[in-house]
Amino acid sequence: MTATTRLKLNLGPQHPSTHGVLRLLLELEGEKILSCEPDIGYLHRGMEKMAEKLTYIQYLPLVDRLDYLAGFFYSELLCRIVETACQAELPDKVRVIRVMMLELNRIASHLLWVGAFLMDLGATSPYFYVFREREMILRYFEKVTGQRMMYNYFIFGGVRKDIEFLENVEEIISILPQKIDDYEKIITDNPIFIRRTVNKGILEPETAFNFAITGVNLRASGVDYDYRHQDSLYKGFDFKAIVLDGKDAWSRYKARILEMRESINIVKQALDYLKKSGPLEQRLIPPINLKLPEGEYFAEIEAPRGLACCYVRSEGDDKPYRLKWRTGSYYSVNLLRNILKGEYLNDAIAIAGSLDIILPEVDK
Amino acid sequence: MNYLYFLYIEFLSRHNIPKLFGDITFYFIPFCIIAAALLVVVLVLVLAERKLLGFFTQRKGPNRVGVWGILQTVADAFKLLCKENITPKKADRFLFNLAPILAFVPMFAALGVIPYSAEFTFINTQTNVILYLVLAAFPVISIFLAGWASNNKYSLFGAMRSISQVLSYELPIAFVVLSIAVLSSSMNLTGITLAQFSRWGVAGWFVFPCILGFVIMFISILAELNRCPFDLPEAESELICGYNTEYSGMRFAIFYLTEYSMMFANAMFLAILFLGGYLSPFGKYLFNNSFLIYFEQAFWLMLKAGIIIFVMIWIRAVLPRLASFDLLKFSWAVLLPLSILNFFIMVLYKFIAGGGVCA
Repeated sequence: MTATTRLKLNLGPQHPSTHGVLRLLLELEGEKILSCEPDIGYLHRGMEKMAEKLTYIQYLPLVDRLDYLAGFFYSELLCRIVETACQAELPDKVRVIRVMMLELNRIASHLLWVGAFLMDLGATSPYFYVFREREMILRYFEKVTGQRMMYNYFIFGGVRKDIEFLENVEEIISILPQKIDDYEKIITDNPIFIRRTVNKGILEPETAFNFAITGVNLRASGVDYDYRHQDSLYKGFDFKAIVLDGKDAWSRYKARILEMRESINIVKQALDYLKKSGPLEQRLIPPINLKLPEGEYFAEIEAPRGLACCYVRSEGDDKPYRLKWRTGSYYSVNLLRNILKGEYLNDAIAIAGSLDIILPEVDK
Repeated sequence: MNYLYFLYIEFLSRHNIPKLFGDITFYFIPFCIIAAALLVVVLVLVLAERKLLGFFTQRKGPNRVGVWGILQTVADAFKLLCKENITPKKADRFLFNLAPILAFVPMFAALGVIPYSAEFTFINTQTNVILYLVLAAFPVISIFLAGWASNNKYSLFGAMRSISQVLSYELPIAFVVLSIAVLSSSMNLTGITLAQFSRWGVAGWFVFPCILGFVIMFISILAELNRCPFDLPEAESELICGYNTEYSGMRFAIFYLTEYSMMFANAMFLAILFLGGYLSPFGKYLFNNSFLIYFEQAFWLMLKAGIIIFVMIWIRAVLPRLASFDLLKFSWAVLLPLSILNFFIMVLYKFIAGGGVCA
C-alpha cells in the first residue's frame, strides 16, 4: 500500500455528528481509518484561568457552563471544595436535596445522550422522544432553580432555597420507567442497532486504565468502579453500580439505560426522605470576602461522563491561586486516537458517539 | 393515450392544421401535464413527509406558512430558487453543472412510462418495463458525477457508496421484475396491470402469489432511493450531506426534486407490479362508461403509491441506518438468492396454474 491510496479527511469542527466543535483528523484507506488525531480547543473559554481572577462566589455561576448538560455536578464540586476548606458540615436535608438534583441531572444527561447516539446511527425519532422526557426534568429544574441549564442552585454550605414542587418529581419518576421501557422496545433489540453496536469499539479494561477512562465507559468494560459508593454525599442511599462486561458500544448504551433506572431509584429514596423532612435549616458560608486557608484542596464526584475532579490551590487569598478541572470527556476524546484505529468510517461515528463526549467539558 | 391522440388530431383537423404538426406537437401535451403534476406532487410529498415525521415524533410539523403549513414547501422551493448558485473553485465546472440535469431528465422520462390509467401512458412500447428500469437506474450516474465533480471528500464518499449500493440492489430488482414478467406474460406495464385483473379486484394482484418478491422489491427500492435505513450515501452523521454537499440553490433543489419524484415513480412502479396498478381494488369502477373512469383509475394508482410512500416514511421514522458492509452483504447474500428463488417459484407457479410453458 502506497501513501497515495490514503486519504486525509478532516472531520469537523463543523460537522453534524461531533456534538459541538471537535475536529478529528482522520487518515483513511477506503473507508477504513488508519489513524485519528483529535484536535480540541475550539470551545476554549479559559475556565481555569478565569478562576484565578474571580472570587469563589463570582466563579460559582460560571462552573455550570463547564458541562451544559450536567451543570449541577460542577457546582457541587466547587461547593465541596469551599465546604471542605471551611470545614462546614452539611445538614442531612441539604445533602439529600443535592443528591436528588444530581441524579435528576444525570438522568437528563443520559436521556439526551440516548437521543444523540441514535441520531448518530441515523435514527431520528428517539431524539424527539428523549427530549419530551428530558423536558419534564428541565421544567422541574426551572421551577426550583429558575434556570433550565445553568442552575447556580448549590451554594457554599447549602442550597439557594428550599426544595419545592415535590409532586413534580413524583410524576417524573412514575412516568420515566415506562418511557425507558419504550425506548428499549424500539432501540435495544432492533437488529440494525445490534449489528451496528455489538462488538464495535471494544474497550479493554487495560486500555481504559491507560487512557484514564472513568464512569459509564469504564463500567461497561467490566470494571466495578463507581465513585458514588465512596462519596460521603451518597451516604445512606442504597444503589448498585451498573457493571456490564460487553466492552462494546452496545454495553455502553445498555449501561446508561440501566444507570438511568438506578438513578430513578436514588431519586425515589431522596424523595421519600424529603417528603417527611421539615423546613430547610442550613448554615451558609458567608460568600463575601471568603478566603480559603492556604493549602491544596481536592474534590471528586461521579459525573455522567466520568469522574469529575476539582483541584484548588489557595494562597490564603479570596481567589484561588490555581484551579484545575478534571473532566471525563477530555479523556474520552483522547481515547478516540486508540479506539478508532482500524474501524470503518460509519462505525467510527457510532463508537465516538457511544463514548458520550461533550465539548465544553473537554475544552473548558 | 390513443384516445387523447385522436382527440388532439380531431381538434387539429377541425381547424385545418396538418396531421404532421399534430404528430410532432402531441408529445408536448404529456410533457406539460407531467411537469405540472410533478411539481405539485413533489411539493405535497415533501410536506407530507415532514408532517408525518412530525406526527411520528409527537411534533406538529410545519404549521406556520399557510393553513396547516400547506405552503411551507412552496416557500422553501421559492427560497431555493432565489439563492445563489455556488460552484466551488476547484470543482469541475462542466460536470458539476451537468449532474443535476442528468439526474432530472431520465427521471422525467421514467414518469412517462407509467400507465396512469387505461389510456394514459405516454411511452407505451412493448417492453417498457425494461425502459423504466434503465431510466430509474440512471440518476445514480449523475450522483456519481456530482460527487466526483464537487471535488469534496465527503461528496466522493457519498458517490462511492451510492454506486455500490445501487449496483448491488439493481440485481434483485431485475430478478423480481423478471418473475412478474413471467407471471403476466408481458413486458409492458399496461399488460402487467391488466394481467392482474380479476372480478374480485384484490384477488388478482400479484402480491399474493409473489409476496416474497414484493418484500424484496420494496427493500431494494428503499435502497435505490437512498432512503432510510439505506441512506448511507447521504448519511448526515457521517458524510454531512453526501454527494450534494457542495450544491446550493436551484441545483440542490433539482436533486431534491429528483429524489422525491424518484420516490413517487418507484412507488407507482411497485404498485403497478404488485398491487394492480390503476385497477380498482373492488373489481368494479364507480364511474363506469364515462370519461371519469380515467380519473378514477389514476386515483387508485395514486392511492396505492401513497400507501407505499407512507410506509417508506414510517420506516424512516423508526429504523437506524445500516452499516455499509451489512448493506452490501444483505443484498448479495440475502436478497439476491431469495429473488432468484422467487423467480423459480414463480415460474413453477405459472407452469402449474397456467397449465403449460407457453400459457
